[in-house]
Amino acid sequence: MTAAGGEPLLSVSGLRVGFLTEDGLVQAVDGVSFELRPGEVLAIVGESGSGKSVTAQTTIGLTRSKNSRIEGSVRLAGEELIDAGEGQLGRVRGERIAMVFQDPMTSFNPVYRIGDQIVEAIRAHRDLSRAEGRRRAVELLDSVGIPDPERRVDGYPHEFSGGMRQRAMIAMALALEPEVLIADEPTTALDVTIQAQILRLLRDLNRERGLATILITHDLGVVAEMADRVLVMYAGKIVEQGTLDEIFYDPQHPYTWGLIGSLTRLDRPRPHRLPQIGGAPPSLLDLPQGCAFRPRCPHEFGRCAEAPELEARLPEGGEHRDRCWLTPEQKREKRQVEGRIGLEAPA
Amino acid sequence: MSTETLLEVTGLVKHFPVKRGILIDREVDRVRAVDGVSFSIARGETLGLVGESGSGKSTACRAVLQLIEPTSGSVRFEGREIAGLSRRRMRPLRREMQMIFQDPYASLNPRKRVGQIVGDPLRRQGIASGAELRRRVQELLERVGLSPEHYNRFPNEFSGGQRQRIGIARALAPRPKLVIADEPVSALDVSIQAQIVNLLDDLQDELGLTYLFVAHDIGVVRHISDRIAVMHDGRIVEQGSADQVCERPVDPYTKKLLAAVPIPDPRESRDRRGATLGGP
Repeated sequence: MTAAGGEPLLSVSGLRVGFLTEDGLVQAVDGVSFELRPGEVLAIVGESGSGKSVTAQTTIGLTRSKNSRIEGSVRLAGEELIDAGEGQLGRVRGERIAMVFQDPMTSFNPVYRIGDQIVEAIRAHRDLSRAEGRRRAVELLDSVGIPDPERRVDGYPHEFSGGMRQRAMIAMALALEPEVLIADEPTTALDVTIQAQILRLLRDLNRERGLATILITHDLGVVAEMADRVLVMYAGKIVEQGTLDEIFYDPQHPYTWGLIGSLTRLDRPRPHRLPQIGGAPPSLLDLPQGCAFRPRCPHEFGRCAEAPELEARLPEGGEHRDRCWLTPEQKREKRQVEGRIGLEAPA
Repeated sequence: MSTETLLEVTGLVKHFPVKRGILIDREVDRVRAVDGVSFSIARGETLGLVGESGSGKSTACRAVLQLIEPTSGSVRFEGREIAGLSRRRMRPLRREMQMIFQDPYASLNPRKRVGQIVGDPLRRQGIASGAELRRRVQELLERVGLSPEHYNRFPNEFSGGQRQRIGIARALAPRPKLVIADEPVSALDVSIQAQIVNLLDDLQDELGLTYLFVAHDIGVVRHISDRIAVMHDGRIVEQGSADQVCERPVDPYTKKLLAAVPIPDPRESRDRRGATLGGP
């Protein structure tokens, strides 16, 4: 495991992102706060519409538009980015915070050589000759495990397989030696054997270079392999946050129980039925009153009509926080009565 | 479960020619998408077909359904050879073999109402019409967990999971014997996947359906399947009971595939990483 102590590198607080649509204001992110420490892997888990990607994109100003309403604070090593000018943001993007997207096919321009695109990314920030840039691009491709980088540097995106393209994307993200890497569903479009290679690469980068990483994913298997800490998001809010082991072995929110319970496990006998969460995520235009998970929650009771805050609710809680009114005893009992978590507490 | 064979596929081959040339195309190479695949499915059974992209699993399904013409090989449905049947002679058999698709956003006509989408196959096949058609469609909607009132709505009013339910109702409308599901849950959110998998399970019990379930997610395939066939480079490299293939794989590719699936349990995941890396 990587070290996860020290002063926060990135500090997000009270982040709210809304989009004006024809049907009204969609509050995609509604009061999200978290810190990312140097060398840490923070996973943001959630389903479509949970606000996980919008949260990450907003940190580098990618959601700014005529129709978006952004409030709160995003500080990178003390420097406020939420109202930073485009010039200041431009220096942060790539140079200090880099991003890797789900689909490497659409992240590269198909008509330029991979190497030229990496060189351009470097030259936008650094004073470097073309020849030096090319040498650097070869080094980078080599460092992410692309075989024969001297030749591949002149290849076009379509000549790369999905996994190789994602490696090249990571190489480009690393070009300026950023402090923070945001990886948004970096392996979702890849086959499982390729996914394993990309995850290993990201883990090595984190371990060897101390690259602080925000990993956005819907896949708890990927989280278990990668993360130090986890945020679980639902309908624009964090519903639970804690260390990797806290989230998997002592989950407090019924939505987290549902996510963990519905996983299929190859290393366990299969259950007769897959535990499922009923219903569907709510529309952000028409959120239920109180707890947003209430209509789908099997443990809903009177108090849930009132929205719970994200708080430390365990006596020994540390930084483990959740947004559910049940008492810790009730939670322990209910998730065991259901027998659905499928994970025992760590020995 | 009876052991009567519903579908028997033997030596199925689908090659796509790679052509080049001016005026006269000549075949310079061929893509061996499906290269000698054999399997059979008993009535009431679920066979899971797993493989990564490009393994040929979707092409194999389409060749089984005669949506593309197989290069060679035999496909027997209820003992009858269907490989190479003309469209006209295939038509009455279509109702017996239905398909559920991956993307519930792309596979439903946005201009048609749910009632039409589900009812059209019935009307076209002359199975039902008028009030009888409406009654059957509404019954189906209820059976897949939707409401009869959804009859007059359009697909865009539904979430991904509900759309997949509409796709399932459409596939079940002609009362098929065999349902081929090609990645039916991979476009859905995690919390919805389990709902659809359980629904397919229930429908199989109620209606005695036989499934060919195609997916890249081995966890889901193992959950729903009685037997699993693993495809790689156009061939089946291993075939056996679901637990046997997942717990005691024999083929090196199957082993590699299983080892790559992340374990959603931090402790076991750390153990496994420690074991493969030989270090902390």
